[in-house]
Amino acid sequence: MQFRVAPQTDSLTAIKVTVRLFAQYAELAGTESVSLELPPGATVADAVAAVRRQARNGEQIPTRPLAAVKLAHVLPNHALADGDQVALLPPLAGG
Amino acid sequence: MAEGRYLTRRPIEPEALLAAVNHPGLGGTVLFLGTVRCGPDDGPVTAIEYTAYEEMVAAEFDRILGEARQRWPGGRVAACHRLGTVPAGEASIAIAAAMPHRADAFAACRYVIEEVKRRLPVWKQEVMDDGTRRWREAQAGAEPAEEAEEAGGAGGPR
Repeated sequence: MQFRVAPQTDSLTAIKVTVRLFAQYAELAGTESVSLELPPGATVADAVAAVRRQARNGEQIPTRPLAAVKLAHVLPNHALADGDQVALLPPLAGG
Repeated sequence: MAEGRYLTRRPIEPEALLAAVNHPGLGGTVLFLGTVRCGPDDGPVTAIEYTAYEEMVAAEFDRILGEARQRWPGGRVAACHRLGTVPAGEASIAIAAAMPHRADAFAACRYVIEEVKRRLPVWKQEVMDDGTRRWREAQAGAEPAEEAEEAGGAGGPR
């Protein structure tokens, strides 16, 4: 899904979201967090698409990675709110 | 920081988990230890380096253990995951389940480890004997979790 990144000056019509990257994804991107401005109503899938475009090696992050918001797993269609922190989780390997 | 209710950077102490679930009314206790393996098919792995989304590990462990307590009321469950470098042969995770009877203790312990595998945001890098590292993903299907699936472990990823 494509979307228009809201211009910086138009903060009233945009939400600010922080994307946290872990493990392989952080290594690929060379950073553990990416700040985004997205249109109101944007979803986790929109945030993923923006990270894939903006981050270094972002295209190597899957289009549908595991994701979490507010410390819980969410689906790609989860709607984001201003100030949300989205975590993109590489394939899990705990235990 | 990684020292909290569920995470430690020091060797896991199974005795502490056993003490946490011990109760005179609970006649069956199962302790599961997952240890870093260096078998014939694993290559020259000397250790595994574990990292985690630590805040979420605590939240997810709360949910998983909460589900186990709901499913097997009257019992006790506890868990601990180690982070950092864990040498081959040492435990990376411990789960203790104490129930009035052994069948439920085995079932509850199995439920928790299978949900941990599916849901806990933890990652591991294998450390080879030449010092190189490689990310290691969980081997899907290597240890089928039919029972956990049938039990309907809700709340996992997708």
